[in-house]
Amino acid sequence: MSALGELSRMKRGPKGPKRPLTDAEKKEERASYLFLAPWLLGLGLITIGPMAASLYLSFTDYNLLQPPEWIGLDNYIRMMQDARLLNSLKVTFLYVFISVPLQLVAALALALVLDRGMRGLGFYRSIYYLPSLLGGSVAIAVLWRQIFGNSGLINQLLAVVGIEGRGWIADPSTALGTLMILNVWTFGAPMIIFLAGLRQIPTMYYEAASVDGASKVRQFASITIPLLTPIIFFNLVLQIIGAFQSFTQAFVVSGGTGGPSDSTMFFTLYLYQRGFTNFEMGYASAMAWLLLIIIAVFTFLNFIASKYWVFYDD
Amino acid sequence: MTTNLGAETAQLPPVVDGPQNSDGTPRTEDRPRPRGRGARNRLIKHLLLIVFGFVMLYPLLWMLVSSLRPNDEIFRLTGLLLTTFEIQNYVEGWNALRSPFGHYMVNSMIVVMGSIIGNLVSCSLAAYAFARLKFRKRNLLFAIMLMTIMLPIHVVIVPQYIIFSQFGWVNTFIPLILPKLLATDAFFVFLMIQFIRGLPRELDEAARIDGCGHFKIFTRIILPLMLPALATTTIFTFIWTWNDFFSQLIFLTDPEMYTVPVALRSFVDSTATSSWGSLFAMSIVSLLPIFLVFLFGQKYLVKGIATTGGK
Repeated sequence: MSALGELSRMKRGPKGPKRPLTDAEKKEERASYLFLAPWLLGLGLITIGPMAASLYLSFTDYNLLQPPEWIGLDNYIRMMQDARLLNSLKVTFLYVFISVPLQLVAALALALVLDRGMRGLGFYRSIYYLPSLLGGSVAIAVLWRQIFGNSGLINQLLAVVGIEGRGWIADPSTALGTLMILNVWTFGAPMIIFLAGLRQIPTMYYEAASVDGASKVRQFASITIPLLTPIIFFNLVLQIIGAFQSFTQAFVVSGGTGGPSDSTMFFTLYLYQRGFTNFEMGYASAMAWLLLIIIAVFTFLNFIASKYWVFYDD
Repeated sequence: MTTNLGAETAQLPPVVDGPQNSDGTPRTEDRPRPRGRGARNRLIKHLLLIVFGFVMLYPLLWMLVSSLRPNDEIFRLTGLLLTTFEIQNYVEGWNALRSPFGHYMVNSMIVVMGSIIGNLVSCSLAAYAFARLKFRKRNLLFAIMLMTIMLPIHVVIVPQYIIFSQFGWVNTFIPLILPKLLATDAFFVFLMIQFIRGLPRELDEAARIDGCGHFKIFTRIILPLMLPALATTTIFTFIWTWNDFFSQLIFLTDPEMYTVPVALRSFVDSTATSSWGSLFAMSIVSLLPIFLVFLFGQKYLVKGIATTGGK
């Protein structure tokens, strides 16, 4: 069961009768907290503590030199009026809601083609999976900068067939598209998850459907897709959360600027510029909380919507 | 390269490699293949899959070939045929920054190794408690742990930066490794919990009857059995840490402390657009460790993704 499945189906267990713990239970409890000690320390010092601190900082003006100065909601009001920030939200939303569905459709399509006990399955799976391991690296971003550049590989190839290309990265109307292509290119990881999901569908369902005379299309629509919905949901949530946090590619491809004309200015990139180039730590913290809220809202909406389209077999 | 990939995947157990009949036998291998239209369709399918795979990998292959070409050819040649074999790009790229590129690889390796050790130790300890022990607030803590998997790093990075810089830890590897020692990569805790849950409890019980305490059960029984999960964790930690850019960019600003991604990106900024050759060469060098890990560890990669993704 995936992390999401566990979370969505967690129920409040029946409260045990309140009675003093036995000696053995006390011992187990002590042992538990020893085992958990590093994780609990991390949770407090590396995660929850800093979260609380950044929430506090989001209501302050802080540049690392002077102590933080409380300014109430000013950072949040400023965000709503910050045209570059609003633009970065638009860029990020476009990126997430165009490239993630495309990536998942590619992943599902390839998984369906590959899931027939065919020869060379392992070979194809490796080839298609490799890009998703490399895609997040600076090296691939470097490569993208070249191939979509003015005299890069794409334009050279286009010239062969007589099409005149353009500076895909230098042109504000296409720069974001090159990053979307990069994200779609990394469909391998969700594809592997789809493959595993397809394998869990008992073959007897298909056998029974064939006996009843159901066509391949009908089998696909009535068996494969419904039984795969939990996996689709899992991939969707995970990829959306990941895509909202994309940073490296936009940073390297645009040389850290988010250009041309802010067309690749991801929200995270703008946050980095505010926080770690301009050292506006208060404003950057407010931005981080906005990002957290956006991600939480979309994950929550996904969970709500999943009640209507995700089908659990058990 | 392709034959290697094939050989590696051939070692995967059949359960990973293909769907099976309900009786557990592989679905296709022993059956006579029908000839005629079916065979032709299969051939076409394979051709399409190969062409598609080739198109996907083309940019990578082209970068590899281009890294061995003189600069003027990079912008002219779109094919993969090498007419000259120029090692010069690698020599230039290796020495293009303040320190030889190997210096940054060593830095990256230190961060990677520290992260791997941290994740292995801290995550397995936490996973054992969640999977096997009873304690109050277990459900609550478990839910919190699951939620931290999805937490964006941005919401903690600013205070982390402030604290670590007050400790004088910026431009050291501590901010990158310490969190791993404290199991903040909760994804791996979850992965290990899943794995431990699949181990028979009778083993624990037997050891307990023999008088083993929890720590002994953990080290003597559980840890040796969860080697596959530890391998998966090692490989993923390697790749993710090697590729990680955001936190390394923030915490490492002194060129001496640069790791590979940060060094490579400073190389991009300092290079004129005419010298792509040496940039490509170092990009290839920086991808090489990931590629090797992929070759030798893909069994665990595929299993790791598949098990956590399963419902």
